[in-house]
Amino acid sequence: MRTVVLTKGVPDFREGQVSFDEDGHLERGKTPTVMNPNDKQALRAAFQTKVRHGGTVSLMSMGPPGYKEVLEEGMRDVYADDLYLFSDREMGAADTWATAMTIATGIEHLGEEPDLIVAGFKTADGETGHTGPQTNWCFDINENLADRPLITHVIAMDVDEEAGTVRAKRLVEGDVSEIETVEADLPAFVVTDGEFESSYRTASQRLTYKDLREETQARADDIDLEEDVTVWNHEDLNLDPDFIGLDGSPTIVSGVDPIPKAPSEREAQVVEPGDEEGMNDVLEAVTPYAGGD
Amino acid sequence: MTETDDYEHYEAVVVGCGPGGAAAAAALANNDVETLVLERGVDAGSKNVSGGLVYAEESSPYTIDDLFPDFREEATERPTTENYIHNVAGDQVASFDISSLHHHDSEWSDAVLRRKMDSWLAERVHEMTRETGGGLLTEVRVNGLLRENGEIVGVTTSELDPIKADLVVAADGVNSELARDAGLMDWEDPDEWFQGVKAVVEMDPEDINERFGIEEGEGHAHLFSGDLFDGVRGGGFLYTNEDSLSIGTVFHLDSLTEEEAEPHELLDNLLTHPLLAQWLGDDYEELEYSAKLVPDSKKAAHPSPHQDRLVLVGDAAGQMQAQGPIIKGMNHAVTAGALAAEAFVDAKARNDPHAAGDLYEQKLRDEGVMEKLRPRSYRTLGKLAEADPISKVTDAVADSAIGRAGVNLLGPGILERLFSSPRMMAVMPDTRTPYVTIPTIIAEELGERVDADNTVEPPELDDRIGDLTYDVGDPHIELVDNSFEASGTAVTACPVSAKDFGGGCYRDEHVKTNGSEEHLVSLDTQPCVECGTCAVVADTHWEHPDGGKGVEYKQG
Repeated sequence: MRTVVLTKGVPDFREGQVSFDEDGHLERGKTPTVMNPNDKQALRAAFQTKVRHGGTVSLMSMGPPGYKEVLEEGMRDVYADDLYLFSDREMGAADTWATAMTIATGIEHLGEEPDLIVAGFKTADGETGHTGPQTNWCFDINENLADRPLITHVIAMDVDEEAGTVRAKRLVEGDVSEIETVEADLPAFVVTDGEFESSYRTASQRLTYKDLREETQARADDIDLEEDVTVWNHEDLNLDPDFIGLDGSPTIVSGVDPIPKAPSEREAQVVEPGDEEGMNDVLEAVTPYAGGD
Repeated sequence: MTETDDYEHYEAVVVGCGPGGAAAAAALANNDVETLVLERGVDAGSKNVSGGLVYAEESSPYTIDDLFPDFREEATERPTTENYIHNVAGDQVASFDISSLHHHDSEWSDAVLRRKMDSWLAERVHEMTRETGGGLLTEVRVNGLLRENGEIVGVTTSELDPIKADLVVAADGVNSELARDAGLMDWEDPDEWFQGVKAVVEMDPEDINERFGIEEGEGHAHLFSGDLFDGVRGGGFLYTNEDSLSIGTVFHLDSLTEEEAEPHELLDNLLTHPLLAQWLGDDYEELEYSAKLVPDSKKAAHPSPHQDRLVLVGDAAGQMQAQGPIIKGMNHAVTAGALAAEAFVDAKARNDPHAAGDLYEQKLRDEGVMEKLRPRSYRTLGKLAEADPISKVTDAVADSAIGRAGVNLLGPGILERLFSSPRMMAVMPDTRTPYVTIPTIIAEELGERVDADNTVEPPELDDRIGDLTYDVGDPHIELVDNSFEASGTAVTACPVSAKDFGGGCYRDEHVKTNGSEEHLVSLDTQPCVECGTCAVVADTHWEHPDGGKGVEYKQG
């Protein structure tokens, strides 16, 4: 089993990490870049396949050299056998289409067709959810890799190596959310949902999980980002600069509106502890709520 | 019928990675037995509490450092180099050196904190068992026995599919769900149990050395009895760790319930006694409050702790020896675990692996473990003294002019020797006389007044609960009968509940219904420390929380 997982570095939007300037613009320089949280679910799905069926998990991204640390984070926090980064200036400022084209070509360049490609459901910054499915589309355009089924919103999955199939549960959201079980031939392209959950129901799976987690953490601890991440530029991938990066991006951003701050729903009134009358008012105001009522 | 042929199979499954489980697993792995160890805590030791001194007995066929060579260097706190018992009456204290009792049959004994100790053991156990094709898994709660045609063939868990095994070692502690599932142990009689509560108190190593007059690599064990526990039968202890003290109390559960005593208040009686001022200073910082049940092996140790492929070791089998004031449990769990492993290896060599249980029982007898746990001398002398009319007379005589004269006549030297006699301590009856009356008289007649100002203000119960770490899962205890009559004892006996305290597990309530008033008990399992007290004293359906859920001790 060869599994490829796609990931992107995104600003760490957790409280205390993210910085905005006075106009509400994200301050990239002050905000750390982390692995897109949804992509960790994709990596967990791939890791589960590795635990159950063995094989190789390759973690892949396109972006600036700093994304090597994002790949390392995936290796440390979940699992990866090897790391790939597609990176040079020509690839910069790409929209989802130019990104998909670059990644699809990068996967073809591996030389071994993956049985499974797994992407996470949308990035925390772009929020489009396009790149995964478009990458699969690009395989058809390039015609180097076989046409493969695309399964999205996957919350649970397993492969049947003998039958050469993947079986997945999909969360189909509508007025009433439903769970749909589907089966597809390998090789396949899977997009995990944010609700994806790994499942290890046997002791031997959990023991293998534990071994592999120790192993991947040890590898992440010893990693040399220059040596251990395979970096390919557009020439390595034989990509025409006109079809990648900013030039290859059909998306035109006409403008960016900052999201206005939500108005506070509460009105605060400051009462100094020494202000006896004020404190009495506070006491009166909270008394009805005492005793858990 | 369930199809069990597809289930995973291991030669041995060990449930619980305390010292008993760890010893069993290590001994099995040393004999190339494919061994899977299942531990329900997030880490081994996160569910475990001991006083705790661990002993290595000279007479024992296995000690923990036999099985885990670097154990003392890596996993323990300070060795106990001096031992004292303090008889207390008000602020009068008579202290005896009982080091010879402590050192009797003892190669060494060290203070331990269970999180550190058990998690270290678990790492070794995983390395050893992984070599056999098995290994150790945490956060897996074994919740029952897997049976085939009525015979035990493995275990069921909350997290994994059922697992078959040729040997199931139940080392799942004092509240063993497996022992109960097999019908080997029950939680019926409070007089078969002690309850211990403990505070781990932070202290700089240099302060410990100075306050106890010791050096690095030395440690103290102090025991306390007399009138400082409101007449409840039991005593207190204080052990020195590397950079903390373990201070606690252990009481007969039936006495706690009869007196309707609040365990945390009895602990506070000890913490605030003037005698402790010299050690606690005025910078008391409690790191952790904990509690556990302790089986009284004299009554609870199962003489035949096995059934089909199941063997019980350690607390799960009631193998906890109270030798007067000294409590020995972990060493017996280690011996039992290793003997169970030995029995399986012998049985396997005879091509009859399922005979391991009988062999284990025989080894427990032949190696003298059962005699230590259920001494013949106690069965005659101790039991006799517990008969109600006799115990009342004894208590009255001890407290009379004659008794007091006797104490003075014997004097401290002989009394110290009596307290230091393993034989005397083994026959000590479970009555008020040795726990309360005699120590109080000794203190009154021979003691000196301790004139010190103890400034310790122990935390309130809600702060103690608030400082514990919990991952709250589904409620794991169900109150079967919520009348105060059936379950009201839990309100006081539960170490994280108290009368007039709304934040604990158990609360009593007066509910008005159609003209009458009912006295009921309500239960909230969120603050539960999983000691099992309410399983014995109240009418409950009691289970452990699922793997990784519930309380997580950092000290233990």
